[in-house]
Formats: sequence, structure tokens, C-alpha cells
Amino acid sequence: MEGFIALYIFMLAAFTGYEVISKVPTILHTPLMSGSNFVHGIVLVGAMVALGHADTVSEQVIGFIAVLLGAGNAVGGYVVTERMLEMFKSTKEKV
Amino acid sequence: MDSTFTSAGIAHWLIQASYFLAAVLFIYGLKQMSHPRTARSGIIWAGVGMVVATLITYLEPAMHNYLLMTVAIAVGGIIAWWSGKRVAMTDMPQMIALYNGMGGGSAAAIAAVELLRVLTGKGLTHEAFAARELAVVGALIGTIAFSGSLIAFAKLQGIMKKVYRFPGQQVLNAVLFLALLVLGFMLARTEFSSFEFYLFFGLALLIGVFMTVPIGGADMPVVISLYNALTGLAVGLEGFVLQNPAMMIAGIVVGSAGTLLTQLMARAMNRPISNVLFSGFGTGDDGGSGVAVSGSMKAIDAADAAITMAYAEKVIIIPGYGMAVAQAQHKIWELVKLLQDKGVKVSFAIHPVAGRMPGHMNVLLAEAGVPYDLIYDLEDINSQFTTTDVALVIGANDVVNPAARRDKSSPIYGMPILDADKAKNVVIIKRGQGTGFSGIENLLFFEENTRMCYGDAQDVAQKLIAGVKAV
Repeated sequence: MEGFIALYIFMLAAFTGYEVISKVPTILHTPLMSGSNFVHGIVLVGAMVALGHADTVSEQVIGFIAVLLGAGNAVGGYVVTERMLEMFKSTKEKV
Repeated sequence: MDSTFTSAGIAHWLIQASYFLAAVLFIYGLKQMSHPRTARSGIIWAGVGMVVATLITYLEPAMHNYLLMTVAIAVGGIIAWWSGKRVAMTDMPQMIALYNGMGGGSAAAIAAVELLRVLTGKGLTHEAFAARELAVVGALIGTIAFSGSLIAFAKLQGIMKKVYRFPGQQVLNAVLFLALLVLGFMLARTEFSSFEFYLFFGLALLIGVFMTVPIGGADMPVVISLYNALTGLAVGLEGFVLQNPAMMIAGIVVGSAGTLLTQLMARAMNRPISNVLFSGFGTGDDGGSGVAVSGSMKAIDAADAAITMAYAEKVIIIPGYGMAVAQAQHKIWELVKLLQDKGVKVSFAIHPVAGRMPGHMNVLLAEAGVPYDLIYDLEDINSQFTTTDVALVIGANDVVNPAARRDKSSPIYGMPILDADKAKNVVIIKRGQGTGFSGIENLLFFEENTRMCYGDAQDVAQKLIAGVKAV
């Protein structure tokens, strides 16, 4: 990919992140931090590619660790966020 | 393109389309998560995006090690699932720190694999514009986020209780950072050896530890948020290295959203982020030495406090970490309902950094079933304390300390606080006489209108309930 296209993606994604968060009520700060923590669990995909191309033992070991940690980030982030937001649902239904 | 209808061409198209879909779902999910009503569907949409992206990655061309890959996903996933389901609501902040550290570590490990390929002469998986430089920068940021988050986890979990500081710490950090810049340059631009490779990662781990051990007290939420943003950035950078659009977009979006969130938190405490990182707030050795404390702490028993509240017109409850530790939110809500039956107007005041994370208290109150129209932010409720009969502080400390307004030498001077001291009566539920997590003496406890109600928040709440019922 050409350098400038990468730069455009970087710029647009950065503004998107800023806009998405800018109007969040305090009540959702923790769940949202947790949710964004889940979203960067996408690192799992890159870890899979890195392990998928690993040939030597040391590459395989580090690649394995990368996938293991990435999966932990994605799954753990999801479970924790879902549990937190679950409580908002019950609150709303009682009101 | 004539390769479009070959199986490789179709796989390529499917992969790209799935990554695009995942990126859309992540952004849509985050957007949904920023409104209380749609928040739950937000995480589910983002989850769908993650599953799609993960499954389609198995179709990436020229890969092997599928068994290892699947085992790693299963083991990492199951451990995280199990720990995430099991952990108590009060321990959520450190779990977020832990999972965030994993993400940072994963991004750093990706960079390590890529740099090992360079070391052995094979070259990067994808040669792209500035790919090697970005890999090195991502490696540095990811490794710092990894070791820093693990320290934050250890601190919040109570594994590491002390704040470690020694003279010359800043100088040492600066030297380490310079060394990392030099090593990083060598990794990015020269034919480096495995010595430089391992030294780079070793020092990066170390600086993450050194940056986090001196930070304590009320600054921890800001630090976790900062590391969350750093991990996002590292993931985005490694996305550029691997030419993976889903990683680029999700990583950078989280990087910028996390930076904004960190700024919002730091602003709520009236402290620039650089202060949080470099000046060591709430370490115990710089607190409580300013204005001489006058007066003494006056105790009250729960029964008397209950009577005061039952005959009040207006009560404001200020929850803090003590409520979280004691899991007292259910009992507190029970108490509030009893008071409401007696015609008392009750509301909750939440300081932006109460507890260990912003919104920590909101989550706990939501768990207990407190409707959100009773819950107010600092700016919305602060003017009401002067007309309030009782301010009930449950295990909160720094966020109600008037030293922030009065004592110029206090480390928290200038931080916006809840003006509980302006209420007619202040009742503080607190476990012991010591200072809080930050180690700063609280002037509020010595005020003329303040009464201390010692005990575990849950037990005291139980006694208050009994007291109100008896009125």
C-alpha cells in the first residue's frame, strides 16, 4: 500500500475515534473503555498471520504467544464488557 | 484483474470484504456503546465483527502452523472466558488492565516475529512503506503497554501494595528511553544482531515497569486508560506492517478514542497527563503536610446517623471505592428506597474519578438496580450541597477533600471535588482512621459538621437500614 494512502487511513481513523467518543456520558466511561479494549483485540488477526508465516522455532514460539495473548484480549474484553452492559439492561427495564 | 475468478482470487476478495465488514462493525459498535440505550447491542455488533475477521483469517494464503494457531486461540480464549466470567464486578478495572496488557503484548510479539524475519534475512511478510520503522515503533509502544498494564493489574489486585520511588528515577527513565531510541534506530535501519533485538525488548519491558511503579492513588484510572490507548496505537501500527486494514482501522480508532478518554479523565482531576506520569501523586510522602489539621474526628453510631437521615429533607450519597470493596451497593439501594418511602429526597453524586475507574460507581449502582435519574455528575449536583441536610460519604476520600480548594501545598490542590463539606451534616462511612488509597489527610473528616461512622460499608448500611426502619 502506498505511503500516502496509509497516512489517509491513519488520519480518518483517528478523527473517527475522536468523534465516536466525544459525546459519551460519564455513566458509560468504564464500559466504553472496556469495549474499546475489546476492539483492539483484533490484534488476534495479525498474530494469526504472524504465526501462519513462522518457520523457525523461535518465530513459532513468539507467534504462539502472540496468538495466545491476542485471543485473551479479544475474549476477555468481550466477556467483561458484556457483563457490565448487561447490568444497564436490567436497570432500564426496572425503570 | 484476470485472477478474480480463481479460487485464490475469490479467497482474497472474501478476506478483504470481511475485514471491511469487521471495521464497519467495530466503529458502529463503539458508536452504539456511547449511548446507554443501545450500549448492549454495540458490544454484540463488535463481537460479530471480531468473529468474522478471525474466521476469515484462516483463509489467508500461504500460511501454515494451523494446529498451533487453533490451540493458542482455544487456550487463550478459554482462560480469558473463564476468568472474565468469574471475576467480581468490583475487580473489573484490573481485569481490563490485564486484558489490555495481553493485547499490547500480542502487538509487540507480532513485531518481534517480523523483526526476527529481518534478522534471519527473510525480510518482512509484506514489504511496504516504512513497514520496518513502524514495526519497531509498534513494538516499543506495545511492550510498554504490556508490562505497564501488568503492573497496574498487580497494584489494583493488591499483589503489589507499595509505591516504589527512588532518587534519580526520572534520570534513569530518560537514559533508558534514549537507549531504546538508539536500539530502535538500529533495528529499523541497520543490520542488527540478536543481541540488540533482545536488549531492545528487555529494556522496553523494563521502562514499562519503571513508568508504572511510582504511580499510585487516584491516578490509576488515567494510567489504565492511557495504556489502553497505547495498545490501540500499537495494534494499528502493526496493522500497517502486516497491511491488514481491519487492524489498522480498529487500532487507530481505539488509539484516538482512548487518548480522548484519558484526557477527559485527567481534566476531571485538573492534572495534565504529564503530571500523572512524572510527578508521583498520592504516594504518601508528599501528602498531608500543608495546612495544619485542626479539630478532631467525631464518631457517630449508625443508629443516630439513621435518625438524622430519616428526618432529613434532602440526602446526597457520595459513593467511593469503599462501597465497591464492601459490595455495599445493594444494601445502599435498599436504604435509599426506605428513605424515599419516608419522603426524603435522595440522589447520588458521582465524581468522575470515584473508585478505580471513571464510571466505576455507575456500573456498581446499575448492578444494584439504581435508576439513572437519581445519579448526578459533579457539575450537575455541586450547587445543591448548600441546601442538603445530609451528605452520606461511603468509602470515598480524595474526591471530597476540601484541601483541593484550600490547601495550596496539597498535591490535589485545584482538583474539582464534590463540595460535601457545604452540606448541613456530613456522615462518613469508613473502615478505619487511616488515610485513603492516596495517603493524603482528608480535611473534611475534621470539620465541625462531620461525623464518622466506622465499619465495613455493608455492615454499616445494614445497621442504617435497621435504624431507619425503627424510626
